Amino acid sequence: MPPGQYLTEDFPVLSAGPTPNIPLDRWEFVIASEDGREYRWTWDELLELPAEEPTVDIHCVTKWSKLETTWRGVSLDVLMEDVETTADFALAHSYGGYTTNLPLEDLLDGKAWIVYEFEGSELAPQHGGPARLLVPHLYFWKSAKWVRGIQLQEFDELGFWESVGYHDYGDPWREQRYQGD
Amino acid sequence: MSARIEWRVATLAEFRNETATARTLLLDVPGWPGHLAGQHVDVRLTDADGYSTQRSYSLGAPADGERVELTVQKVPGGEVSEYLTDVYSIGDPIELRGPVGGWFVWHPSRTAPVLLVAGGSGIVPLMAMVRARRQARSRAPFRLIYSVRSPADQYFSSELRRSAVDDSGLDVTTVYTRSAPPGATREPGRIGGADLERYGWPPQFEPTCFVCGPTGFVEKVANTLVGLGHDPRRIRTERFGPTGG
Repeated sequence: MPPGQYLTEDFPVLSAGPTPNIPLDRWEFVIASEDGREYRWTWDELLELPAEEPTVDIHCVTKWSKLETTWRGVSLDVLMEDVETTADFALAHSYGGYTTNLPLEDLLDGKAWIVYEFEGSELAPQHGGPARLLVPHLYFWKSAKWVRGIQLQEFDELGFWESVGYHDYGDPWREQRYQGD
Repeated sequence: MSARIEWRVATLAEFRNETATARTLLLDVPGWPGHLAGQHVDVRLTDADGYSTQRSYSLGAPADGERVELTVQKVPGGEVSEYLTDVYSIGDPIELRGPVGGWFVWHPSRTAPVLLVAGGSGIVPLMAMVRARRQARSRAPFRLIYSVRSPADQYFSSELRRSAVDDSGLDVTTVYTRSAPPGATREPGRIGGADLERYGWPPQFEPTCFVCGPTGFVEKVANTLVGLGHDPRRIRTERFGPTGG
């Protein structure tokens, strides 16, 4: 367990505002590169991509950790396959306006997914459904709920929690909870 | 890069029992930098063997110099909350780090109408906003809707009753979910759209809404406010998970 965390069997919810209602026929996921090119997937197109079923531990900055959670979704490596970029940073954004920033390398090489199932069932809205980002090696706020797209950019731009005092990177093993940690 | 938020040693100066299972702790924290209403702190306990554990608690009042106030609800089996409500005594040290959180906050300079909706122990950060308003002599229009199971579960009850007189422009409504006091006009029951319409603000007034409580409560209240026409961007939420401790 990372320092300062405790185990929970429940799945608590952390979010800053109301849960958005996102009709699947209007859902889309967009990766935008730094030169303005956009790569889009509809809901049906996402489901047609090869899926993986990662089993991972998750760590929330509010101190709970949950071990061996199982998810189903598409690896960012698959989504990024045809994307041409030299960007170093990514800003994930969500339906409802939430954003979070990560180095692009933290989304690649089997470290991140766009997931739409949790423990064998469709992902519930309060947990980020229809689809959320899953980046389990960072504190769980980086795993943006209700994900809508990823903006690739050459500079690091702070996301929502990062701009109100939470850490820029958020490595639970180094206990990077707040700015300055 | 900002300076690291350091751990500080806090000692218990006073306490008040709010209910049979909740205790308010008044802590002296040398060097406390001050905070905004709605922010929280991390508390760390370490035992003689070096085992340590952390939890987050909302601050219940504006800073009074180096004195801060937390209210802790005892969670059955919760190693930290059971210690803080049953064992922790006057003069004892704990470690504390904060303040944390810059989103679920109310600034006394704001004049827009505010709706506070609390479920159970979710009253704590909202009480900090009520008290910050009083301290700043703000006249921002405030409405507080406080949902509790029964009168015995109410925190800050005498202060909130007094508020009707002392806090001009603050309306307080308590909604009882299981049992209401004698003479109550509303039947006990969960908070619903009718309560939020009657005791809250119309969406046209564009209030900032702060909703705090257990996940199911926050989910329902926030969704109902959106359904009544409130802009989701003006609804700020803070949830207490089913675990904690």
